[in-house]
Amino acid sequence: MAVAENKTAYERVQEARNGKRPMGSYYIEHMIDDFVELHGDRRFGDDGAIVAGIGYLNRIPVTLIAMERGETIEERMKRHFGCPEPEGYRKALRIMKEAEKFHRPVICFIGSSGAYCGIDAEERGQGLAIAENLYELMGLKTPVISVIVGEGGSGGALALGVCNTAIMLENAVYSVISPEGCASILWKDASKAAEAAEHLKLTSYDLLNFEIVEKVIPETGKTSREVCSELKNELLSEIERLSLMTEEELLNDRYNKFRKIGK
Amino acid sequence: MSTIKNILNTITGTVEQPPRLCKACGTEIPYNEYLANHCICPNCGTYFRMRAIERLEATVDKGSFHEMDKKLKSRNPIDFPDYADKLSKAEKASGLVEGVVCGIGKIDGMSTALFIMDSAFMMGSMGTVVGEKITNLFEAATEQKLPVIGFITSGGARMQEGMFSLMQMAKVSGAVKRHNDAGELYIAVLTDPTTGGITASFAMQGDIIIAEPKALIGFAGQRVIEQTTGEKLPAGFQRAEFQLEHGFVDIIEERPRMTYTLSKLLALHQK
Repeated sequence: MAVAENKTAYERVQEARNGKRPMGSYYIEHMIDDFVELHGDRRFGDDGAIVAGIGYLNRIPVTLIAMERGETIEERMKRHFGCPEPEGYRKALRIMKEAEKFHRPVICFIGSSGAYCGIDAEERGQGLAIAENLYELMGLKTPVISVIVGEGGSGGALALGVCNTAIMLENAVYSVISPEGCASILWKDASKAAEAAEHLKLTSYDLLNFEIVEKVIPETGKTSREVCSELKNELLSEIERLSLMTEEELLNDRYNKFRKIGK
Repeated sequence: MSTIKNILNTITGTVEQPPRLCKACGTEIPYNEYLANHCICPNCGTYFRMRAIERLEATVDKGSFHEMDKKLKSRNPIDFPDYADKLSKAEKASGLVEGVVCGIGKIDGMSTALFIMDSAFMMGSMGTVVGEKITNLFEAATEQKLPVIGFITSGGARMQEGMFSLMQMAKVSGAVKRHNDAGELYIAVLTDPTTGGITASFAMQGDIIIAEPKALIGFAGQRVIEQTTGEKLPAGFQRAEFQLEHGFVDIIEERPRMTYTLSKLLALHQK
């Protein structure tokens, strides 16, 4: 029943990427009541790699933003495997601003190999889209909690990761570069990804230790439903704690969370 | 490679610098001519990547620059293999202790905070020290009610410091936001190359964004895009002119006119 707890970093990478692993939509489905999905960035289009909307967490209205890769192959193509296009980030920001207006906490679910990489994404300002999210999230006057549920791939993940509290599932990973990318730069050999994964210190426990994330939700020996229920409790207690802060305290809390890293 | 000290001495006239070789046309350019020509090949017009000290020399009023965090040096926060060695090699090669020079100086008498990245130090990549220095600069500028001008060149977040590097993107963005909210001006000058996490953070957060001609500016690497999508990249893809055409930069400015343009913009924003 109990799975080996001492997984290697690369085993966790594979686990985080597992096609059967529950992603943001699963948690929304099992945690949120009366979810209403909202679409589009009101600029260009509606990116399928980001699911966003409003619902109740217990009795509390919350805004949810989730990276989504889809189930079937057709759906995955449509959502380009969960890699957001610029309009995905712009949709997320638009809906987070709506949350701010109504003083509603924002919960982001992160799980994707990164921002979509393509000519069209560059033409529509992928860099700018992420930059604007980092910048605007630093000033968003409502609690923001980010949950890394799968693979947290670099800047494309951070665009939903500027938060008051970062929670990571035990087997999620979060990295500046993919282990394959790192291995091919270091050793010109992407097959040494497992070794690179160890060096990158991308596991939940590494990042907890570095105080880059605040909380790890254990998964070993637990069913998805149990993990979901523990995450829900954690979110409720964090929302309660953050709700006691004034807007100024909330923004200072978020600023200082990042300000202290690498000081 | 010339060290900063040597370049500085050349500017002040004590040490002879070797001539520069233009990779595009093969012309050998005596260093004094190279410097006088704004580090542009006089024969074919190719822009060389400017060193931070050369940029400073071309930009700020003589003797007005006061450097901040001069001695801040990187550690190895995730014990990444060979990183310490890489840092000391970069230090030797560049004459710098890190990839950005920060401080406060004057342009045509107008005080401004400046950060100048230097691609000779690990491609100008951003680890904790680069992030910390730029954050400190924005915080100081907010405190002292000064504009910020940033000369940007970077390959992105520095892999060898793992997630500590990625987090610098958020950290700097927070400081830029606070500087903005205090009503101060930030001008980003994008030079070749500006890519990855830098494009996805403070390079694109300027009130005004200026690019040097033909500078590579983008988020995803060109080879990565080709390999991932199998698409053939159009001519001029991710160059400054492409970014202007797509609405992501305000101005493309020739290097010899850069200080003049910055000075005009600073004057227009004087309170």
